[in-house]
Formats: sequence, C-alpha cells, structure tokens
Amino acid sequence: MTTEVGSASEVKKESDQLGADATKEKPKEAAENQQNQSSDLEEEKDSQSSPSAKSQSSTQRQKRQKDPSESRGISRFIPPWLKKQKSYNLVVAKDGGDKREPTQAVVEEQVLDKEESLPEEERQAKGDAEEAAQRKQQVIKVDIEEEKPSVSSPETQPAEEVRKEEREEEKVKEIQEDKSEEAAKRETKEVQTNELNAEKAVQKATKKTKSVQCKVTLLDGTEYSCDLEHLCWAVFSLEIQESGAVEINKRAKGQVLFDKVCEHLNLLEKDYFGLSFQESPEQKNWLDPAKQIKRQLRNLPWLFTFNVKFYPPDPSQLTEDITRYFLCLQLRQDIASGRLPCSFVTHALLGSYTLQAELGDYDPEEHASHDLSDFQFAPSQTKELEEKVVELHKTHRGLSPAQADSQFLENAKRLSMYGVDLHHAKDSEGVDIKLGVCANGLLIYKDRLRINRFAWPKILKISYKRSNFYIKVRPAELEQFESTIGFKLPNHRAAKRLWKVCVEHHTFYRLVSPEQPPKAKFLTLGSKFRYSGRTQAQTRQASTLIDRPAPHFERTSSKRASRILDGALVGVVDQSLTKDSPGPGEVSAYGRGVVSTAIVQDGDGRRDLRSPTKAPHVHLIEGKKNSLRVEGDNIYVRHSNLMLEDLDKAQEDILKHQASISELKRNFMESTPEPRPNEWEKRRITPLSLQIQGRKGDHLFKDILSMTEKHQMAATRTVEEKAQAADKKRAPESEGPCAGASDAVKSSHETLNVVEEKKQAEVGKDERVITEEMNGKELSPGSGPGDIRKVEPLTQKDSTSLSSESSSSSESEEEDVGEYRPHHRVTEGTIKEEQEEDEEEVEEEPSQASQVVEREAAVPEASPDRHAGASVSAVETVTQEHVVALNIPAEKSVHEGAFKQDVSEDTEDEQHKVNGEVSHVDIDVLPQIICCSEPPVVKTEMVTISDASQRTEISTKEVPIVQTETKTITYESPQIDGGAAGDSGTLLTAQTITSDSVSTTTTTHITKTIKGGISETRIEKRIVITGDTDIDHDQALAQAIREAREQHPDMSVTRVVVHKETELDEGEE
Amino acid sequence: MGTPGEGLGRCSHALIRGVPESLASGEGAGAGLPALDLAKAQREHGVLGGKLRQRLGLQLLELPPEESLPLGPLLGDTAVIQGDTALITRPWSPARRPEVTPGGAGGHPRLQGRSGVRMSRARSSRPKVDGVRKALQDLGLRIVEMADENATLDGTDVLFTGREFFVGLSKWTNHRGAEIVADTFRDFAVSTVPVSSPCHLRSFCGMGGPRTVVAGSSDAAQKAVRAMAVLTDHPYASLTLPDDAAADCLFLRPGLPGVLPFLLHRGGGDLPNSQEALQKLSDVTLVPVSCSELEKAGAGLSSLCLVLSTRPHS
Repeated sequence: MTTEVGSASEVKKESDQLGADATKEKPKEAAENQQNQSSDLEEEKDSQSSPSAKSQSSTQRQKRQKDPSESRGISRFIPPWLKKQKSYNLVVAKDGGDKREPTQAVVEEQVLDKEESLPEEERQAKGDAEEAAQRKQQVIKVDIEEEKPSVSSPETQPAEEVRKEEREEEKVKEIQEDKSEEAAKRETKEVQTNELNAEKAVQKATKKTKSVQCKVTLLDGTEYSCDLEHLCWAVFSLEIQESGAVEINKRAKGQVLFDKVCEHLNLLEKDYFGLSFQESPEQKNWLDPAKQIKRQLRNLPWLFTFNVKFYPPDPSQLTEDITRYFLCLQLRQDIASGRLPCSFVTHALLGSYTLQAELGDYDPEEHASHDLSDFQFAPSQTKELEEKVVELHKTHRGLSPAQADSQFLENAKRLSMYGVDLHHAKDSEGVDIKLGVCANGLLIYKDRLRINRFAWPKILKISYKRSNFYIKVRPAELEQFESTIGFKLPNHRAAKRLWKVCVEHHTFYRLVSPEQPPKAKFLTLGSKFRYSGRTQAQTRQASTLIDRPAPHFERTSSKRASRILDGALVGVVDQSLTKDSPGPGEVSAYGRGVVSTAIVQDGDGRRDLRSPTKAPHVHLIEGKKNSLRVEGDNIYVRHSNLMLEDLDKAQEDILKHQASISELKRNFMESTPEPRPNEWEKRRITPLSLQIQGRKGDHLFKDILSMTEKHQMAATRTVEEKAQAADKKRAPESEGPCAGASDAVKSSHETLNVVEEKKQAEVGKDERVITEEMNGKELSPGSGPGDIRKVEPLTQKDSTSLSSESSSSSESEEEDVGEYRPHHRVTEGTIKEEQEEDEEEVEEEPSQASQVVEREAAVPEASPDRHAGASVSAVETVTQEHVVALNIPAEKSVHEGAFKQDVSEDTEDEQHKVNGEVSHVDIDVLPQIICCSEPPVVKTEMVTISDASQRTEISTKEVPIVQTETKTITYESPQIDGGAAGDSGTLLTAQTITSDSVSTTTTTHITKTIKGGISETRIEKRIVITGDTDIDHDQALAQAIREAREQHPDMSVTRVVVHKETELDEGEE
Repeated sequence: MGTPGEGLGRCSHALIRGVPESLASGEGAGAGLPALDLAKAQREHGVLGGKLRQRLGLQLLELPPEESLPLGPLLGDTAVIQGDTALITRPWSPARRPEVTPGGAGGHPRLQGRSGVRMSRARSSRPKVDGVRKALQDLGLRIVEMADENATLDGTDVLFTGREFFVGLSKWTNHRGAEIVADTFRDFAVSTVPVSSPCHLRSFCGMGGPRTVVAGSSDAAQKAVRAMAVLTDHPYASLTLPDDAAADCLFLRPGLPGVLPFLLHRGGGDLPNSQEALQKLSDVTLVPVSCSELEKAGAGLSSLCLVLSTRPHS
C-alpha cells in the first residue's frame, strides 16, 4: 500500500490538471462545497509543495502531506496533529534538500548542456547513490505526471483511512508519537521504494522530458520568453538559447521566472512589480513567487505579463530612473486602457510628458514626422487631445527623459484611482459595487463614486468564505462594537483573489516586514497565504543600497506599446500569444532566494539585489526557504490588528471540536523541542522560544505587557540594552526548542521588535513604524511569537471551552496601541508545566482550576516588592470579553537565567485592594510576573477590582450581539508609575505590535525611555480573548501574567487590569 | 492638475446674477419661502458683488436678473466648476430647470472689470441665451452637460476640497447626479456623503483653507464631516462653527500664490457667533459679508456666486 499510495500522491502532485484534482476530491468530499475545496486544495498544494521539499521527500511522505492538504474540505476533519506531522516531514525534506543541492545543480547543468533529452542513466552515474535516488524520484514524478494525468483511487482511500484514524483518536498524544514514528518508518521505506521506482522511471523519463515555453509580455510591449524545462526543477542556471529564451524548470516557482524577467529588464527595485497571468478575460491573477508556476497556471498557457503590482505612493522615492520608467509604462497602459481614469486635461498633460520623455524637446520638423495617433494618450483619443498634447509638449522644453518621467509620475500619482485595484462585487443588498484595494486601505465604489472607505488601520480582519469576502472593522468613533461587513464576489476564486490582494497590499504598505504564513497544521482552516515579498519599507531600505551607475536603458516608444494596447486593452496576455518576439538579450541567472525577507535579515540586501548567484547557491537558498516555510508554519503571526486570515468559520467550528483533543496533544508535542541544529535554528532568536512557549500552553490569554506610557519614548540606546539583546539572542538557542521559526519570521521580528538593537535601528530607519503607530498602531509584524501563542491558545481554548469566536469580540480600540509580543522566554519548567496543563485541560479541567487557585494564594507572597507601583489605568477594552493587561515597567535585561529567577520575591508589599470580585483574578500570577523583574523596584500596592456592569451590546449586521457582563479588575503598583507618568525620559524607542488569532488579540506596546541614566522599558500588553462561555478568567489571567513573567523575566509587573465582558447570549456570526 | 490643494480657490472671475423681483414675491420656485425684503436682498447682493470685485479683485460678471427665474441668483446650484471644466447641473426642482436649459432664459452677462469697464466679451448679440452656460463658455471653460434624465444635482451639494469632491446626497441630489460629477472630474475621487437635514451639503460646510474643512455644529453637519473624514485619503483639519450657515464660506485665492488668500464668510455681519471661531483660521484674510435676507430664499455664499479661473493650469 505504501508504494501504491506514494505513487498516487505523486501523480496527484504532478498533475497539472485541475480536473484531475477535482475528480479525486469529489468522492471524498462529496457534500462539501466542491468549489472551495478544489481551489483551496490547489492552493494548499502549491504552498506546501515547494520544489525542494518534494524532490527530497519520499513518496510516502509526500503522500502524507498531500492528502491532508489536498482535500481542503477534508482537512476540516483532520486533527491538527496530522498536519503537524506534515510539517515534520517537510522539515526532514528540507534537510535532505540542503544536502542534495550541490548534486542537483550538477545534474541540472548537465541536463542543460545535453538538452532536454538527457539520458537518465548518465545523470545517475554522476550523482551519488543518494542523489541518484533522489534524482530518480524526480524523474519518476515527471514520468508519472506524463503518464498518468488522471488520479487513481488508491490514494484517496488511504487518506480517508488516515482521517478516520485520526478522528477516532482521542488520546492524541500517544498516537501522535506513533504517527511520527510511522512517518519515520515510512521515510525509510520510501527511500527504498524510490530507488526501485527510480530505475523503472529512468527510461520513461528520458523520453518524456520536455520544456515548456513561457512568455512574458513586458511593459514596453515586447515579449520575453523562457523555456521551462521539466527535468531540472528549481533550476537557476539559465541557458540562453539561440532564440533568447531561457530554460527554467517547469516546476520552478514564480520567483524564478520573475527574477529572470527582472534580470532581463535590469530592474533592481523589483518589489513593486509582479507577473500576472490571465485566468479569464476579466480575471487577472498574480503569479505567486513562492509557489510553483505550474500549479498556479494549471492548464493555462504559460503567458504572463509583467506589471506593477504595488504602485509606489510617491514615485519620487524610487531610487532608480529605470524603475520609474517601468512605472510610467505601466501607467501609460493603465491610462490607455481606461483603468486609470483621467480628465481631458490630465490626459493631455501626461501625454505631453510622454512625448517629452520619448521624443525629447518639441521639434516642429521632427514633430511632423511623428504621427501622434500612434501614441495612445487616452482610451479614446481625439484630435483635440493630440493638439493639446503637442501644445503642452512645447512647454516642457529642456526636460530630460528622466525628468519628464518624474513629472509624469508626479501628476499621475495624484489621480484618485492611481494604484487602486478594482474588484467587482455586490454588497449585502445585491447592489453592484467595486472594491478597490490600494495602499491606504479598501475603497468601496458604486459606479464611479466612492461610497465608503476602510483604511487599513480600521480593518481588523479580512476573510473570505466561498464567494463572500468579509472585513471586520473597528468600531467607529461613536460606536461601540465592531462590525463585519460582507461582500459577495462573483465566485470563490474572485473572493480569494481579492483576499490575497488585500493581504499583500496591507503587508506591503503597512507592515515593516511580512508576516509569516500561518502554520499549516494549525490553520487548516484557511489559506496559509501571506505576502512573502519585501514590504515597501524593506524595499526602500534595500534600494538605498543600490549603488550601480544608473543603468542605461532604451525608452521604447510608446507607439509600440500603444499599438499593442489597441488590440488588447483587456488581455494583454492574449496578445502576447499572437505575438512572437523572442525576448531580447541575455538573461543571467538570478539566484536570489525566494524569500527576500531572509536576505534582508542577513543584512545583505545588496547581494539580494544585485548579484546573480550560481545555481548551487540558489539551491541552498531554496533549501533554506523550504525549511523556512515548513518551520515557519509553526508560527502564526499577526502583527497587526488586521487579521489577514481566511478563516472559514464553519470549518473552524467543525475543526475545533474534532481537533480539540488532538490539538492539545499536538501542542504538547510541539512544545518538546526537537533539536535540529541547522543554520537557521542557530540563528534563531528569541521569537522562537516565544513561539514555543506560546505553543506550550499559554492558552487563553494573550498577555500583554503594556507600557503604560505610550507617550514616553526615549531615544538613546544603552549598552545595557545591547547586552540584553545579545542575551536574548543567545537565549533561544540554548533553549533549543526552536522547531520552526522561519527566517522570515525571525528577521521580521528582529527588525522590528525582538532584538532591541535592531529595533531601535529600525525605528530610526523606518519612520513608517512610528507613523503607523500614531495612526493606528497597526503596526508591525514583530510579534510572531506572540501570535503563535495566541494561536495555540485559541485552539486549545476552542477545543476546551470556547466555542467559536464570537463576533463580539476581539479587538478593541486599544489595538490602536498596537501590540507586541515581546520576547517570551520559556523556562523549561514552565513549558512542561504548561504542557501538562494542556493535557490536563481536556480531561481534567477541574484540577487545573485548582491549580490556579493555588497559585492565587501564592501570589501575595511572591510578588510585591518588585512591583513598581503601577497606577491603574483601567484597560478599557469594552468590546472584548476578557482583557488582561499587564503593565510591566522595568528594566529589561534578559538573562538566560532570568526565567528561573525567583518568582517569589517580595510579596509583602503587595496590597490588594479588591473592590469587586477578587475571586476572578488570579492573583497567583502576579507573583510570578514579579519574579521576573530584576530590579527590585515595584511594590504592588493595590488591586482594584471594579465590577461588573451590565451592558447591552449593539448588534451589528452580521454579528448579533448580546448582553454582556462586564467586569474590570485592576492591579497596580503605584511606585513605578510616577516615573512613567511624570517625567518622561528620553524616548528611545516605541513600538506597537498587534497580533491576533481567532479568538485572541494581543496588543503590545513597548516604549523605552531613558531617565536619569536609567533606561526603562515599558511594555504594555493587551490581550483580548474572545470565546464562547466558560473562560476561566483566573486561569487566563494567571497564564497571561505567567507569560509576561516568562517573557520578561527581568521586568516587573506594575499593573494588571482585567476586564471581562461576558455575553449572556451566544452570538453567532 | 496642479499641486493638490493648491488649486483650491484659484480664481480670476466671479459670476453672479441679479436678484429679480420675483424672488421677493414668492413666485415660482420661491413658493413657500417666507417673504423677504427685496430691497435688502438686493442690497446684500450688491455688496457681495462689490466685495468680490473690489476687495478680492476678481473680474465680476453679473448676469442681469431674470424675472422668470426667481431663484436665478442662486446660480451656484447650476454649475460645478473645477479647473477648466464646468458641469452644468440638473437641479432637482423642475422649476429651476429653465436656469440651465440651453437657450433658455438667462440674459446676457455684463462683464465688469475691476474698474467697472465692460468687457468686450460680453456681446449682446445673443439676447436670449442661457446665462450661466454662455458666460462660462465664453470664459473658455469646457462645458459638460448632464444629459441623464434620472440625474439630479444641485451645485451646492458639491464640495471641492482641492483634492477631491464630496457630493452630498440630499433632497436635491441623487446618486446618479453624483456619478456624473465623478464622470466629469475624473482626476479626483468623488465621494458621496449622505445629508440628513433638509439642506444642501454646502449649506453647513465649506473649506477654510486647503486642508481645513469648516462645518457647522448641527448634527447633520457633524455627521457629514465624519462621513467625509472616513471617505478621504487626505487628512483635513476641521473647524466647527456655532452656525451652520456660517460654514458656507468661500475660500478664494484670486492673487498670486504669495498673496494671502481670502475667506469670504458671514461671521462678521449676520452670524456674529461664528466670528470668533473663524479667527482661528490662519493664513487667510477674512472678508465678512452678510446675506441673511437672501438666506430666506435658501441662498448662501456658495450659491450666490460662481468663481472660476480662466487659467486654471498655469
């Protein structure tokens, strides 16, 4: 069976044909919405199967991976741990990939040299045995693909079996272990199988290899074509063929092609651009760089257009003229096609700059020779317009082409539709509208009129379900509750496309660094898609490193382009079909890894930008990337309020119940570190540990350390901080668990928040951060770890007590503040403990409660001294059901030992004043937190518990809401606050991070100040937990505090505010 | 297109139309309006014209009163002008349609220069042309008509901020009308703002500067301002005045860029309560006028005159 299954999966993977997939799935999912599934499925596959992973992973494994992913719908029923397993496999694969790379490269070269029909045997001979095997496997895949395009049933069945198993499993943990063992076994088997297969396959493969030609229509209307060759996948060694076409593997990812195109264009600032392909006349899709081209195209012809994907709001900030030039070309297309509407005058003005750029100064004689009708200045061009253009052209005398382009852009950028990506939709009443995605947010148009606008900071969450697209928006000024607004798109794919575009735009324009894709296992629920390219901030940063002489480039006459446009305003691609101009020039290998983030992280933006790398290198990168992907999946980061997630609620619910148990176990498993020394891990920093911790168990609450004083921010960096940073870095490593931080994650975190050094640097560099904070604090990515934590908690919670997230909830205005999940440190002890809890949670909730109670008791003793007095600023998160906010002003010095530090410090001073129901508060937690603080500073003075008030929530459309019971509990230790409130020191840094998961939202605000030579870091966290019923507040609080303590062992908690709102009714979204 | 926001208020000419006796008599469209003191109204109107011409230095075109068009003086409702383009509206009130009907009643403009000299452009060769359209056309503006029978639009439901348009969806203006505004001024975002009270958008808000929205304190005004804040990509400061009507002010920049722009407002005379708040506006020369009598006919500063620049792009 193993073998069989394996092959089947292979087939599946390989087969391009959508139809095939659909067929497979149907049997399984019958009742489920097939459309969704298939598309989801598709995506899943794409995302999961990165080339390297595939190649290496044995059939078996692949199958494993595939099955769950394959059936989206099915995946609902599959417990998370299964997915986890997936990731595990992937990781393995990755390792293998690294080893393999060199060999592969060699092989590829050979292949290239020998043309497509290189005998398989030859390759084998050259490779090692292992490599050969792998090689074969690849071959096999190809083969299968060719031979058996259609799906075989065996595959399906096994998958189902697995599923059943999973369902049945209640005591997941053990099973999980078993599974993993199984997986291991399978791997071995696979290898064997592979070899066997390989031999068979070889012969077939020889015949079958062929290359695919893909054509890319460039902005100047020329066409660039590449051959994508089957055999060498992930090929970066580009052979320039006589035709000028380049070979890349058919399995190559989008990035490969994109990089080639950019290379061809000599474009460095390429993050603003992308390749698109036309799915239908109306539907243009962006080629995802991180996924295989083939899987994205399905059966579509390999025709692409090179386009601007993110319109720079201020083109003058672009570094190179050539970039501006391409932007101009895009805009000229946009204008000519009518996508970018302009008035007559603007058409004329822009046209005149076009003439100036392309023809130079107005010359009456020369002018006569130009037929202006060759240019297309407007969708419908009149003689009057042409005359006006000429008239204006005369006034531009002296402008260089670059200046003319700049002027063109200065005018074009002000057009209201500049950079707005429109999507047709219907509102809830069925009225036709358009959704425009732009740098600032989401615009709603009816006809040409803007009827609503949702700036990114206002959007809390974006999701889609079937053909519906939802945004959850922050309550307006006078409103109290969030609302979810739904739009109906023509079909599921359109909804997904819109969602993706939103995710990308938000990430690109609003975040400092990209968010990490959610981990597959956890988010079975939705698309794992995240924007993986560089953000605008990053690309600007990278651009500053460009130091090449301004490249010479030809400004092609727009005549050419305009002609093209004439024919195909709508479908440029289609035109390209008819056109057959081979791409000029040389294309050199461009070896940059797919994940730009990683590069950035390295601080080697330059390399990234410029240097062509050789194949082997590329491979390495690829491998890493893979690993990133895999490992990164563990992290579900949401930095901003904006929850860019595609959660299918229905699915979610189902999953929750089924998966809850297994989820717990999975968490448990995850918490156990799997030491895998590889480069990435070594590099891994705090965030990882954070992640782990999160995973382990801090369920419920997202804790936040909120720096009370947002306004105080300081400016200098102290040595101490550096030291801290260093410590932090080290710490994680030693801790070891790092299962899967991806570099990307790491980098983003580092950049932003985690590492203080970087943080500061970042702040300095990137004004955006601050600005954003001010605007809405929707900031940044930094909170990866936290997110994870949240995520996990969610799941657990959900499984345990909370049912789905009720709409009522999650984010509060406070998120404006932004959140951050600072460095969490996990003590091993802690981890275990939590793990245990997790396990217990399901079965032994009561016991847990008791534990909590105990802790509470302990609290008073433990904490007091340390606590700087926190003034109580009640956290007013009205909307949420549960809010826990911890203020931890303190000096942050992180030691490895920190977590171990005494939790039990001075309890004495703590005075709890309980106004209300104290019982709800888990006092216990406090002490723990306190323990963390090194500087004995704060004394916890009072605990204020204000009490429940009844409140009726206003129900929004989609979110019928209910009555709420509100309860606020505050603990504070006044001491410290004096400092905070009173004299504001010098602001060092300030940042806000928000992250959320399904039922929890964490906002972290960190400020560093220096006062009188002492640096103070205040972290304010707000955690909003949303769930149905039965949240154990005490426990949640305890956890939150514990987390805080763990994360910031050397900080003290000065204030804890618990605000609880309980819905009396259950709202349903 | 010019620099965004900088184009706001650029003007070289102002167009007004005299107050006919029929306005006071309550005939025609004026039905239901309280009787007003014709002499006072005419005096106010005269003062307004004087300020525009002398204080602001604009070339003033004054269309003669037309008895058949009692609300003719409210020509701000009949056209939306931005840059070199004038959109001739289609007023909601059928009684006012003749004001914009091509070839309809209107009379010919008397064009007065700063010195009061008649401009040669004002030809009396066409006695019965539609006044506003013709005048604008003669000034070199591109005239855009609203052909759609389903569209209604009053010019005073349109607020141009220099960066974008807001169109109030009021009793007088419908979605289709707003859409035509969007279609006409394509360079700009055109957003719709629901107007809850029975008045025009401009009757409670205006621009106090390139980045400043002035609004009244009524619920309707504040609500509209909030709606605009949501819809805009550009941050505006907002200044709230005690009186809604005082917010109907005109930010005009007749001179060169270096010269302080003017704010024509009613805070000085008939709406003294708002004077203080208006003083907060900096970088602007306040020019008070009053039109309390004309207001009884529904007029405001934005409806009593049309301002335009004949060289919008220079």
